[in-house]
Amino acid sequence: MGMEGIGQRVVRKEDKRFITGKGKYTDDVKLVGMTHAHFVRSPHAHAKVVSIDSAAALAMPGVIAVLTGAELVADRIGNLICGWMVHSKDGSPMKMGAYPAMAPETVRYVGQAVAVVIAETKNQARDAAEAVTVEYEELPAATTVAAALASDAPQLHPEAPGNRVYEWSIGDKAATETAFSGAAHVVSMDITNNRLVPNPMEPRSAVANYDSGDDALTLWTTSQNPHVARLVLSAFYNIAPEHKLRVIAPDVGGGFGSKIYIYPEEIVCLWASRKVNRPIKWTSDRTEAFLTDAHGRDHVSKAEMAFDADHKILGLRVHTYANFGAYMSLFSSSVPTYLYATLLSGQYVIPAIYAEVDGVYTNTVPVDAYRGAGRPEATYLLERMMETAARQFGLDPVDLRRKNFITSFPYQTPVIMTYDAGDYNASLDAALKAIDYAGFPARKAAAAARGKLRGIGFSCYIEACGIAPSKAVGSLGAGVGLWESAEVRVNPVGTVEVLTGSHSHGQGHETTFAQLISERLGIGIDQVSIVHGDTDKVQFGMGTYGSRSGAVGMSAIVKAMDKVEAKARKIAAHLMEAAEGDIVIEGGEFKVAGTDKKMPFALVALAAYTGHNLPDGMEPGLKEGAFYDPTNFTFPAGTYVCEVEIDADTGKTEVVNFVAADDFGRMINPMIVEGQVHGGLAQGIGQALLEGTVYSDDGQLMTASYMDYCMPRADDLPSFDLHHTTTLCPGNPLGIKGCGEAGAIGSPPAVINAITDAIGHNDMSMPATPAKVWAAIHGRAAAE
Amino acid sequence: MEMSGEYRIPAPREKVWAALNDPAILKACIPGCESLDMASPTEMTAKVVAKIGPVKATFTGKVHLNDIVPPESYTISGEGQGGVAGFAKGGAEVKLTPDGAGTLLVYHAKAQIGGKLAQLGARLIDSTAKMMADQFFAKFAELAGGGAEDETDTAPAAAAVSAAPASAGTAAPAPAPAATPAAAPRTSAPPAGAATPPAKSGGIPSWIWIVAALALALIVWKLKA
Repeated sequence: MGMEGIGQRVVRKEDKRFITGKGKYTDDVKLVGMTHAHFVRSPHAHAKVVSIDSAAALAMPGVIAVLTGAELVADRIGNLICGWMVHSKDGSPMKMGAYPAMAPETVRYVGQAVAVVIAETKNQARDAAEAVTVEYEELPAATTVAAALASDAPQLHPEAPGNRVYEWSIGDKAATETAFSGAAHVVSMDITNNRLVPNPMEPRSAVANYDSGDDALTLWTTSQNPHVARLVLSAFYNIAPEHKLRVIAPDVGGGFGSKIYIYPEEIVCLWASRKVNRPIKWTSDRTEAFLTDAHGRDHVSKAEMAFDADHKILGLRVHTYANFGAYMSLFSSSVPTYLYATLLSGQYVIPAIYAEVDGVYTNTVPVDAYRGAGRPEATYLLERMMETAARQFGLDPVDLRRKNFITSFPYQTPVIMTYDAGDYNASLDAALKAIDYAGFPARKAAAAARGKLRGIGFSCYIEACGIAPSKAVGSLGAGVGLWESAEVRVNPVGTVEVLTGSHSHGQGHETTFAQLISERLGIGIDQVSIVHGDTDKVQFGMGTYGSRSGAVGMSAIVKAMDKVEAKARKIAAHLMEAAEGDIVIEGGEFKVAGTDKKMPFALVALAAYTGHNLPDGMEPGLKEGAFYDPTNFTFPAGTYVCEVEIDADTGKTEVVNFVAADDFGRMINPMIVEGQVHGGLAQGIGQALLEGTVYSDDGQLMTASYMDYCMPRADDLPSFDLHHTTTLCPGNPLGIKGCGEAGAIGSPPAVINAITDAIGHNDMSMPATPAKVWAAIHGRAAAE
Repeated sequence: MEMSGEYRIPAPREKVWAALNDPAILKACIPGCESLDMASPTEMTAKVVAKIGPVKATFTGKVHLNDIVPPESYTISGEGQGGVAGFAKGGAEVKLTPDGAGTLLVYHAKAQIGGKLAQLGARLIDSTAKMMADQFFAKFAELAGGGAEDETDTAPAAAAVSAAPASAGTAAPAPAPAATPAAAPRTSAPPAGAATPPAKSGGIPSWIWIVAALALALIVWKLKA
């Protein structure tokens, strides 16, 4: 292992440009003749669009065009798709209403676009958008699942009677009922997972350029998966055939899932660029992001857990209502089903599980995957249940968990997943040691002496990453495979370019992927460049989400590297007149074992390209590609422990200690892994304490800026205490499990369990604001 | 949201009435009012530039008067469109009673706001409406009362902000027509909501609308007369 190989804390290569203002983001793209788009958006949550009068706007300075949904329809631009078909338990396919990029007839959430103004400057477009007069006929709105399912609820889509998208189930209902009928104890809870707004640092942006000379389009966009974007734009939205459409996702400043999807704005900019024959830029402002970026979570669940007399779990029954918002976003259907209910076994032996999930339309922003996507909801539900059960039984929550842990692998859960490897006791032990569990009573007493309520809460999470085996997800309804691609190009001078289908938007691939090459060839990471994010440069790939880039993306690179290395060995053996089996690669040199013969990798590469002296029949060049399709999900897991102190007079919660003990399998760069965990923990603690999306009953988004939506800041967070235990993932060549989402998945229940422990009151919803906590302490109804 | 309040105008009812009959005075009193036109004796249109926190927009509004009992009371309802800034709509019951040498104006209003106003301005609407109401009545008192100022001790804005729980009855009877522009000849300009549009919904108050409503109401009155 070299100094920059696998396992080394190498400083991120990409940070130089990010921290010196040299990053190249979509909004940095400036083209000759570029125009600017501004969208006219509905102020109503549900209304008929009666008329749109753009005459005044068209007369304003710099205005080039005002385009509406009716023109989109006339030009046969396709409606937005949902790429994962989920069937209801009665076998019927999910019921979806049409999702146009701009609403021609009916708006169904505040912020939905009805028209776009194209003007010479951004300010001219904004001003003109104000002059577009839209007449609406208001309709009643429903923003919550309960409101949307009421008998007199407004109906959003004629295709989905009762606003129901699907009524899905998983598991064995009969076996679960039997388990409950024989139970000694049943614990039941109503659990809400609050709606979140993703808030990546960089807002979404798109630059579309129609080249009439080539009749081709280029789109720069804030995407986590540019090839998927091109495929969908081409195959479903009728923008242009794939070979006439180039999608570039340059530096992207965070995504958290919200940039997986192809949004109306990209579609409209591409279509409009062709129409006005000019390049068009659109960049979201922050409130537009609140109003249009796919939101996350928003589950309401009833859960029951059955235990035997010895407190072993017998069964779990869950009924979850998922708020999908007004339209089905690209992967929304899979989030509360296959990414959620399949994780309801957690780290525990649960012989019988039955989960029902009802997907519901409401007059809110569409909801889709957000960091964790389904797994945070499953973890929150289970870990709140386990802590509650322990309190009801008078048991130590650690003991109850340990008693029910899965300890032998592989383990087949009742909900599809086969856990391949893990050691849950090891991460629990590491966490207990780090937190000094035995010392907690003394810390609690000391806090009480200071007038503070101290509490401790646990969360033993598991998630499924390395998304995903194509055949498996295909059988579950996915419209795409979830393999990954790579091409390793060795240049004649021995430097290496890796073209990956993964996309980096903060993950540090330029460093970690280069570390893999360094590990294999012994060359420095400065000799390696990672190329991604451009459909004209990189072969088709599936992008980055679901903590898949290490486990799946790097596995594809490993496969391509295997081929490169095999050919290079042949060349080196030929040149050094040695047996191929005697070639050893070390420190950037190819050596003949047992001799002093050696040659630098650069000379092997050069020989491959000069072609002067290659083995008979060998093609020149040194460049290989590979596709890797995983055989299983990966299963990162761990234990998080949170300690809080609460000021009973104000209800303010302070997270005073937070231990995370994770098993991510092999870590390529522990520093980057820790950064991922830090970010995930901040988001999870943000969800637990601060972040809440509030709609008024009539559908106005009341939390549409940082004045009303509280993001976590450094002073809301403790210095995290991170630990790792390791069981390698047997499913991929590097043994990687993935670390991108764990922090956000595992932390919310640890925080709420700690708060409820501190105040001795088990009923607490997220975000646990000071008002709610104070009200719980003082036995009052919380003022919302 | 719902709200109610009262203001004491330091002028006898006749004088208040006269002022209410003077569009120029009303226009001068409504903060940011650029135009104020009567479309009919029970309908008027107005254009008002309002700034609520970060949202600044020109609102055009249309206002309707109903249940008019000449010098005593009426119900006013209306809506204002602020383009990309959103909308506001609502209604209010307004009553005038003599109070010594002055006149007491009491209102109860309900309002709803939407769009950017609700997204960014909701938490600022109380204070903005209070400010606008203060400005309106200060100016109105000055113009109608000839300057006398001691008026509302506690009354002014402070009173206006006292939320009145029940009294849902307010605009109830009258609102329908307001929502239906057809009710009135579409003559002249755009809608009218006098000053500002009404305010927000969902439990968040919006005074703007009130101010607007009040202004409108006053206007209406005058018309009525």
